[in-house]
Amino acid sequence: MAWTEKVLRVNLTARTTFVEPLNMEWANQYLGQRGLGSKYLSEEIDPKVEPLSPENKLIMITGPLTGTMAATGGRYSIVTKSPLTSAIACSNSGGFIGAEIKNAGWDMIIFEGKADSPVYLYIENDDVKILPADDLWGNSVWKTDEMLHQKHQDPLLRVACIGRSAEQQCLYASVINDLHRAAGRSGVGTVMASKNLKAVAVRGTKGVGNIKDFPRFLNATNQAKQVLAGDSITHEGLPTYGTQVLMNVINEIGAMPTRNMRDVQFDGAERISGEAMHQIRASDNKANLTTNAACFGCTIACGRISTIDKGHFSIQNKPEYWHASGGLEYEAAWALGSDLGIDDLDALTYANFICNEDGFDPISFGSTLAAAMEMYEQGLISKAQTGGIELNFGNAEALVKMVELTAKGEGFGKELGLGSKRLCEKYGNPDLSMTVKGQEFPAYDPRGIQGMGLTYATSNRGACHLRGYTVSSEVLGVPEKTDPLTTEGKPELAKAFQDATAAIDSSGLCVFTTFAWTLDDIAPQLDAACQGDWTAEKLLEVGERIWNLERQFNLDAGLTGKDDNLPKRLLKEAAKTGPAKGKVNELGKMLPEYYQLRGWTADGVPKQETLQRLGLV
Amino acid sequence: MHHVIIGAGPAGVIAAETLRKYDKKSAITLIGDEPEPPYSRMAIPYLLMQNIEEQGTYLRKGNDHYRRLAIDLCHDRVIGLDTAQKQVHLQNDKTLNYDKLLIATGSHPVTPPIPGITLPGVNHCWTLADARQIAAKIKPGSKVVLMGAGFIGCIILEALVKRGAELTVVEQGDRMVPRMMNEKAGNLIKRWCIDKGIRVLTSTRVEAVESGQASRLSIKLAGQTTLAADLLVSATGVQPNIAFLKNTDIKTEQGILIDRHMQTSVADIYAAGDVAQGLDFSSGENTVQAIQPTAAEHAQIAAKNMLGLPGARFQGAVNMNVLDTLGLISSSFGLWMGADSGDQAERYDPENFKYLNLQFADDVLVGATTIGFTQHVGVLRGLIQNKMHLRDWKPRLQQDPSRVMDAWLATHQVLA
Amino acid sequence: MQKSLHLDAYKCTGCLQCEMACSYEKEGAFNPAKSRIKVFTFHDLGRFSPYTCTQCAEAWCLHACPVEAITTNVATGAKEVNETLCVGCKVCTISCPFGTINYNTETHKVDKCDLCGGDPACAKACPTEAIVYIDAEQTGYDKMQKYAQLNLTQGE
Repeated sequence: MAWTEKVLRVNLTARTTFVEPLNMEWANQYLGQRGLGSKYLSEEIDPKVEPLSPENKLIMITGPLTGTMAATGGRYSIVTKSPLTSAIACSNSGGFIGAEIKNAGWDMIIFEGKADSPVYLYIENDDVKILPADDLWGNSVWKTDEMLHQKHQDPLLRVACIGRSAEQQCLYASVINDLHRAAGRSGVGTVMASKNLKAVAVRGTKGVGNIKDFPRFLNATNQAKQVLAGDSITHEGLPTYGTQVLMNVINEIGAMPTRNMRDVQFDGAERISGEAMHQIRASDNKANLTTNAACFGCTIACGRISTIDKGHFSIQNKPEYWHASGGLEYEAAWALGSDLGIDDLDALTYANFICNEDGFDPISFGSTLAAAMEMYEQGLISKAQTGGIELNFGNAEALVKMVELTAKGEGFGKELGLGSKRLCEKYGNPDLSMTVKGQEFPAYDPRGIQGMGLTYATSNRGACHLRGYTVSSEVLGVPEKTDPLTTEGKPELAKAFQDATAAIDSSGLCVFTTFAWTLDDIAPQLDAACQGDWTAEKLLEVGERIWNLERQFNLDAGLTGKDDNLPKRLLKEAAKTGPAKGKVNELGKMLPEYYQLRGWTADGVPKQETLQRLGLV
Repeated sequence: MHHVIIGAGPAGVIAAETLRKYDKKSAITLIGDEPEPPYSRMAIPYLLMQNIEEQGTYLRKGNDHYRRLAIDLCHDRVIGLDTAQKQVHLQNDKTLNYDKLLIATGSHPVTPPIPGITLPGVNHCWTLADARQIAAKIKPGSKVVLMGAGFIGCIILEALVKRGAELTVVEQGDRMVPRMMNEKAGNLIKRWCIDKGIRVLTSTRVEAVESGQASRLSIKLAGQTTLAADLLVSATGVQPNIAFLKNTDIKTEQGILIDRHMQTSVADIYAAGDVAQGLDFSSGENTVQAIQPTAAEHAQIAAKNMLGLPGARFQGAVNMNVLDTLGLISSSFGLWMGADSGDQAERYDPENFKYLNLQFADDVLVGATTIGFTQHVGVLRGLIQNKMHLRDWKPRLQQDPSRVMDAWLATHQVLA
Repeated sequence: MQKSLHLDAYKCTGCLQCEMACSYEKEGAFNPAKSRIKVFTFHDLGRFSPYTCTQCAEAWCLHACPVEAITTNVATGAKEVNETLCVGCKVCTISCPFGTINYNTETHKVDKCDLCGGDPACAKACPTEAIVYIDAEQTGYDKMQKYAQLNLTQGE
């Protein structure tokens, strides 16, 4: 129950679709979304497969609570093998399409093969069609969304699609749904493009009625909603400032990666913060922030909807951008702002619009541009190569130009689409790539937040804050405060966060609830909805199983313990300012203990007994 | 004070109820010439489909509804009217005096001048009596010819099929529902019916009906075609019931001409519903609309004016219809055929049997056609009748006409 | 004092909890497509507009119904559809100028908001008080009703 127990398999090569029952044994072990999708992927593809070949598969998958009244129950994930990292990729998105897929009667969609010309998948409940997308190909996400709505004459049609960046093989292209929600990281959009799959358009009117115990479920979800409503972060901080509530906080503790992580504090942080988004601009008497917005079923509503000043240089002659759209989350504000040394809020917002409009990850893009700027300043990249643009830190015009080029895969934008690792290798300074396993860092400098160094290094999809957000404990004191500058207890903390997060990422719920919720708030909701018994303990076990499954996939794909590493800069160059001044990340102190806690060998390979305990043999 | 209402259809009943709502004292007589309690012809298809019993067609469900409201429901037929004496003459030799009179006699089906049209195997589908006869005549496998694919033809089509008829539709126009749907829409409905196994013959007509050999009827069409049939259902349109006014000074054209207070050319005599030729919102001319919502509006405004209540001035009714043809739902509103030199917005998706057409005059919506839409269609009426200037929503609707609900919300300051 | 639903586009975040609550109340499943209250998204404006029947006094749907399937609940003022009597003719759906009574192709009847008998599920589920069920006077409900009458029947 709570699952629809139906899988849609789409063979793009043959242009055929099949309906299969969901493997309920796996659902009981892996829940949904990230866990269950990873299980299916592991079973169905060779981990050594070339990510952009037809042999790779792309799975869109909901969780058991997706489409229900549980707060934030609108999530879905895209699971595939990443072209950016060659590791397993799982990108999680909110918006509305996840619930729509569930409402149409599907738990997941497995795409395999490759269409010989562009197609899109249209789903209206049981009616599933692979339709030609020749007219859609070459268009942005926003245009594609508009064209599909016009074609199907249904304002409630939900669309997930790729933009031009993915078509141009930008390696960190996203799949964007509902115009500005993204399965953002690891290049899942690039894989979708490699299959000639432009879009998935869904309309579901069946609803989710398969709940084990409705009264108990409503009771559990209501109680959990009360917890969110009673918490200062989920009830005030996030709705008011979004994740941008963190900008000033992280800057103050000296963990704000700045100018390709040369610095750990940014003097312009306040000007690009959540607070700044509320300030009335002198130029047009309006604030950057238009409103906050929720994803499906979300009672937090951290989403930002922003409007750029019509007179701003980025859009002054482009009325097509004079409307509101998805505004800056903290990660985008950091990557497009402090990491580039740029404090022009509207320029950042414009760059963020473009990342949504053409579907690519602002974290990887910003971080790659930061590396390019550093190489430009070092003379490794010339003005001739950038098309005459001065790629200096702090240059907002350069950001605007580069984001436009990357969107279309033109000029130097094509190079930026390679991602930081490949770009730095190409231009001769690999150490300037701020990546793990080829994926760019998010917005927390591990010199100022030690635990994050460990979670970045060990994250199964490359550097990521969402795979174990120890910031919660080390900075915000949730569930309890630990010292961000010490390594003590961090391996245990990292493991606990990683396992819990893996379970939540598989449930249909949003990980942001965990600012207020623990697994004890989540388990009763799952238990009332799903068949079987769901306790916090079982969820931790599921999480650990997922973590080890992903690890196993990566090892089989050819990654090793040596890939659990951080760039030299974070291990050797000490933070220059702030509370972490003089600190580097002490990964070496944490990693062995972490391996041990995980039940892995000193080389980072899960021991047989560990695999056995988790039912992974 | 004595209010007399001739005709016990929706207009008559709603008028009687409205009179009573505002006037607790006056006598109200409601005259109907059919034996059943007041019922709705709109419900007949559902009776034929056996979704409801006859009682389900009744306009009001309570047994004592009319008595409780002190409405004297009189089963009789008006044969004459003396406007000078203010008297109504009934078939059973009775004469009623009135102070105010409402004529809501409705309409009757046209009998086309075709040889053999009065043969026993030919039926209208208009009254409950007709419905009973049709129900008795159709057996599973019966060959039925439906003459006329207008509004009435289309709404009874599904019922005929559900009763097991092997159906052929003959329509003089070049498409189905030609007076309610444009060419694309009418042909889309036609193709839907053909896909459902109905034989649809358009641009042809029945020339003669004869008694058949193997079957009961032999129906000759224009050209050489002859159809064998057990039953011919004639649905070629309706006409207002105005014959009994022949010797009065009440002005009539197609129907009874009424002013904006629903008053006829003779003082104290009003008309409402299918018999009335009243102001059409869209054209500004007086037309007979013969639709349920207009009848309801006419009746309320007429009743208020009969009582002399202030402010009850008719601004004209938007002509509109909704059809369910074998599960394909369509509707049309106002100037669905378009206004002079106006723009239109259109989305045509024949593969999925969806169609949406909006007609504008300047930036005001004046007409619409929908096929395959069931959500928020009423707002098309709202937009037309409120004459709201759409401003920047007009180009948006031209891009994507399905966003009419958004246009309504945005232009009605629900967002403000 | 009669109560009515007060809908505030400025407070709405577009989360659709109301649609799920409504559909659960009416259909026994979480199914926004079957909700009687709808949130319309104006992406370009960053605005979300919850919208449902205003229960207008001289209800268009009620008067247009040929078989008395729509009646007024005297306690709540809601115009309610009697599913047993509704024949599914859809005349009400084209009559209601607000577009808030809709044909359900599965039940072959029409659906509309009935205020849940005086305890609307949507208002209870709304996390931001964008939907509240309060005294009619405070909601501008009378104004809206009057507005509907003036613009749609009498005005020129």
